[in-house]
Order: sequence, then C-alpha cells, then structure tokens
Amino acid sequence: MKSLFYYRDKYVRAQPTAFCPGCGGGIILQCFLRAIDDLGIDKDRVLAVSGIGCSAWIPSPYFDGDTMHTTHGRAIAFATGAKAYNPDLTTVVFTGDGDGAGIGGNHLIHAARRNIDLKVFLVNNFSYAMTGGQIAPTTLHGETTVTSPYGNPESPFDITQLVKAAGATYVAKWSTYHVVELTNAMKEALQHKGFSFIEILSQCPTQQRRVFNLRGPLESLPPRILEMFGESTYVKGRQNKGGYLYAVPRGDVKETLKQAEALEGVKARVVDHIGFGQVVRVDAKQTEATKGKLSGLSSVRYVADHMEKKIELGLFEKTERPELTESLREIMRKARGE
Amino acid sequence: MLETGRHFVLGNVACADGALRAGCRYFAGYPITPASEISHHLSAELPKVEGIFMQMEDEIASIASVIGASWAGAKAMTATSGPGFSLMQENIGYAHMTETPLVLVNVQRSGPSTGQSTDPSQQDIYQAKYGAHGDYEVIAVSPWSVQEMFDLTVRAFNLAETYRTPVMMMSDGLIGHIQEKLVVPEKVEVVNRRKPTSKTSTPWGTDDPSLVPEMPAFGEGYKLLVTGSTHRPDGVRDMSPKYHQVIVYRIRDKILNAEPKIRDIHRMEMDDAKVAVLSYGASARPSLEAVSQARKAGVKAGLFRLKTIWPFPESEVSKLADQVDAIIVVEMNFGKLVKEVQRVVCGKTKVVSLGKVGGQLPLAREVLEAIRRESA
Repeated sequence: MKSLFYYRDKYVRAQPTAFCPGCGGGIILQCFLRAIDDLGIDKDRVLAVSGIGCSAWIPSPYFDGDTMHTTHGRAIAFATGAKAYNPDLTTVVFTGDGDGAGIGGNHLIHAARRNIDLKVFLVNNFSYAMTGGQIAPTTLHGETTVTSPYGNPESPFDITQLVKAAGATYVAKWSTYHVVELTNAMKEALQHKGFSFIEILSQCPTQQRRVFNLRGPLESLPPRILEMFGESTYVKGRQNKGGYLYAVPRGDVKETLKQAEALEGVKARVVDHIGFGQVVRVDAKQTEATKGKLSGLSSVRYVADHMEKKIELGLFEKTERPELTESLREIMRKARGE
Repeated sequence: MLETGRHFVLGNVACADGALRAGCRYFAGYPITPASEISHHLSAELPKVEGIFMQMEDEIASIASVIGASWAGAKAMTATSGPGFSLMQENIGYAHMTETPLVLVNVQRSGPSTGQSTDPSQQDIYQAKYGAHGDYEVIAVSPWSVQEMFDLTVRAFNLAETYRTPVMMMSDGLIGHIQEKLVVPEKVEVVNRRKPTSKTSTPWGTDDPSLVPEMPAFGEGYKLLVTGSTHRPDGVRDMSPKYHQVIVYRIRDKILNAEPKIRDIHRMEMDDAKVAVLSYGASARPSLEAVSQARKAGVKAGLFRLKTIWPFPESEVSKLADQVDAIIVVEMNFGKLVKEVQRVVCGKTKVVSLGKVGGQLPLAREVLEAIRRESA
C-alpha cells in the first residue's frame, strides 16, 4: 500500500497550486502519475509539453520532470520537434479543448496523420475557462457562455472522431469521474507506439456553473459535475442495464419531481445531465408504461429514454501503422546507403 | 554535404550547406518561394548525417518544432519568406524569452501581403527586430553573395549557440536565387552549446559576465521548466516587476554588451572616403559597382556594408559620420535602415535615403548619381 503522499513526494514539484478548488486538473495529474509509476517509467525521461490554458498547468510547473510550457495551441508542434530529434523521450502533451481543438486544431490533426509517438491528453471542460468562460469548439449547441449569452449558435466538434479520422492509432475518451479507466487508458497510451490521444471530460466549477446552468453553492459543484459526467455518459461495449427515464421539466424541476414521485412503482430524483440540464431521473421496472404515465404529467415537457443525449466513452481506436520517428530513422538508413 | 573546394551553386543551397557544416541537425519548414531550395537540399542531406528534416503543416508549427528540437539538444533551423516570417513572430518571442538558440533564414520577398510574391526585397528588417510583442534584442545578419549565404549561416549558428538566442539570417530573393562561386573551406569554425557543469546550475540565471546561462537538454535529468512566462533565475514562474526586469534586461544586455564582438562591417575604399554608401545584402552589390565607377571618375566614395544589421553598430556609424560629408543609405524598401542611421548620426553629417521598392535591385547608375550629387 502506497502512502497517501507517495505520488506527491515522488513526482510533484512543491508549488502552491494554481487550480481553483475542485478543478479536474489535479485528478488528471494524479491519473498520469499513477500511470507512469505503474509502468515504471523514469520521470527524468519524460517530457511534458503544454500550451496555454488551465490544462497547461497540469504538468507545468507541477510535474517534476522536464516540462515545456509553450504558446497557445502549439504544444503538439513543439513536442513534435523534441520527439523527432530524440525519440527516446517519452513525450506527452497536455492540452485543452480550446488549446488543442480550437487554435491548435491544425497541429492536432497533422500530428495524428503523421502518427508521431506523442501521448496527447486533451482536457475538455467545454469552454475557454482560464480567460473567463467563452464559447469553445466543444461548447454544445444552445449552451450559455460569456460570449453566447443567448445560447451557443454553433455546434461542437466530436474531437475523438476527428482525431481518429485524421489517423491517430490510439484514441480513447474518459472523464474525471472515470479515474480507474482513465489511468488504465493512459497506461495503454504510454505503451502504444504511435499517436495516442485521450479526450478527458473535466469539471470546471468556476465556469461550468454558467455553461451547464448549475444552481447552488460553489462548493457543491465539483461532486455534482462529476456525478453529471457519470449520469451523461456510457461506456462503449459495456452493458447498460437501463431501467430508467428522464422527465424533462416544463418549468420548475421541483414540480416535476413532486408529480413523478406521486406515480406508483417508481423512484424519482433530480439529477444534473449535460444534455438536459436539471432533469428528473425516474427509475422504474416497467419503463414503457412509466413513459406513458410521465408523458401525461402537466409539468413534463418531454420524456427521454435513458440513452438519449448520452456521450459515448471508451476506446475508439487501437491500430498499428508506420510511426513517424521510426520512419525517420529508416530514412536515415536509406540515405546513408545502409 | 558539398565537398571541400569550389562549386557553382544557388545561394539557398549554399545556405543549407553552411547549416550542415555548422552542425545543424534539425530543420523544419513549410514550402515558400523564394526559400524552398533550402528545404530541398536539407531533405536530401540531413538524413545522411543523422539529422531530421520535417516539412510541417505551417510556419507556426515549423518554428515551434525547431524550438522543441533545440531544447532536445539539436542545432536547429527553419527557413521562410515574408508571409511565413509574419506567422512565426509569436514563437520567435517565445524563443527569446526561453533563450533558445536557433537560426531563422528569411529569404525576403516583396510585400505587404502576397505583394510581388517571389521578387526580392529588404522590407522585413524591422520585423526581424520588432516583430514579436514585448521587449528584446535580436541578432540579424545580411549576406550579399552566395559565399556569404554559406559563411553567414555558419556564423548565425555560432552566434545563436554563443548567446543562446534566435539569430535572423536576413537574405533576400536575389541572393537566395543567384548561382555563383562558392568555396567550401577545409575547416569551418564551429561553436557548440555550453552545457551545464553541475546539476545545481540553472539554465535561467548566471553569474557569468557574458550573461548567457548554460543550457542542458531534455532527458538529461535537469527537470527543466521551460516557459515563456516570466521566470526567476531558478526557473520558477514569477510575474513580479522585479523578476520581469531581471530577466528582460539580462536577455537584452547579453546581446547589447556583445555588440562589438557581434558586429561585422565590410569596408571598401573607405580610408579616404568623403561620401559613404551604407548598404547591406543584395543592395550592396550595385552600391559597390557605383563606388568603383565614382572612384574611376576621381570621386572619393566608399562602401560601408553591414554584414550584421542587428544589433545596429551605433559607434561605428557614429564614427563614420565624423569622417564623411554624406552617407547614402541604399536598400530595397521605402528607406528603413536609414532611420537608424539618422538616429545615430544625429545631424553630424548629411544622410540620404536611396530606398527602392518594386522587387528590383537599385541600379548602380542610380547610386552613382546620388554619389555625384553629394560630392558636388
């Protein structure tokens, strides 16, 4: 059993934390440290490159190995130079949704196309959080941000599908709710030869209050957002038992809850859901019959099936094809007539 | 790599070969006329010496990867022209703040914007000095021949490694695209990066009078904190006024203090000259022709050619002002470096601007007319 301070003492540079209380950044750093520790990777052979934004602070300055905190959106390009020149470096990139898929989107898809052996962890908090919570390329349609006060008129990227289509050979998506799966995915990515990409949905108690329209005291938000990630996602290939519905309220969610609770044979509670906002989750054995009854309630605008608007997590791609740094070494041998 | 001895090659090829001789082992670039031949040559030659050639998705990625490779231990270079140079500016600022040695070749073309796309110019010299946001000092060299495309590329690498700074090789579309004689010397003087002598030294502060800290590479166990943010001498981010001043003044002064060592001025017929033609790069070629013709006609004219344009050789230009009755500044732009000359001369002698735009060299006849006017 490792001591509570094992990872901190071994891998973290002593610094006052820059993260807001309840930020997902610390969870992601913890998963990463556990992954390299489990694999026995020497931290002095790890280069952690980051760009600009909250995600950039996950390795820099906290990771006690080589770090490179670069310009906005360009971390992957910086990392490409370091990795191409010295392929022995385990080169990881921490980026965000704005950093990696917005301003740095071009570098992201080209690195995936090259299949260069970088491990890219893209932290998706659905907004530009550090700069005040503006619309990001991941903000869902209709969501409110400081630059979309009437709702976001744009639709988001599906980043994992984008990166997969661009040619990445390891692609996974997890959230800060799924720490075991995330740590295992990071270990898989670190062992994979080729461009490895994990999108990580992460909580931002500071900005997501507005994005997800969460009411309540600030300190209640981190666990609520984590629960929301659990509620709003499903794992690819993992059996989902179902047996519940979502009653989307017409007005006050409390009224919907009251009416739903009055039904026989159901358990109702209010949950946060990325797709529906605050919604009444109704667990029932007879879902078809319950759906009919719920639809008849005056406070229910709409009854959703349990899988509706759920985000798919899991492993999306694991293949092999020529990796760039190996191809570059092959070219050297060819050029030298070997 | 070209063999030792005489060759008849393109300016851009000479540049690429100079880079190889200087120890360049990483190049990243994006295709652009009139700089592309540098990529062509290096893509063939770098792998032979276990170097890496990368064609990146754009110029931003090119300079970024060059900085990454430099910190991984490589002598690294990129090459571009005006539009690409504009795109690179933010990361050039990053290279200054992180004190990353690299060579950036700008084979200048005529703008603004796409402009005359492939035609030569010398319009980017202030962008080389002031292009990125923030305060810093830059080293820029300016070749006037194919031979200097080789020689000054070697020097650019040596300066970059000596002062741990990006060096701008400010060529132009004419010098890049002419073919003439190149002599590859038997031995090329090469300066290598100063590596740390102990694990406790940091790459962000130094007691050395050069003000240039030692530089380790990634993977050597130094737990490097490379950041474009203001950092203390121990590498830790600290935005306080004190530490910002400490770092930006040191980064500035390591260049300015070394100006006498960095500057390289080529003087021809200057000993008794009364009219000086001050020029650099391709513009200095017709300038030399004009000076020769003026001398034949008995006019005491001389050529004062800057092989290093930044840091500006203030004391030498000031001395020049004491010697001559007029300084004619010949360049392929509206008249840009002339402003620096005027600032330094400060009214001590007459300064004439002979700037020409349009993608053509100033003609020797035009320079000669100006010499005649000033010597009359």
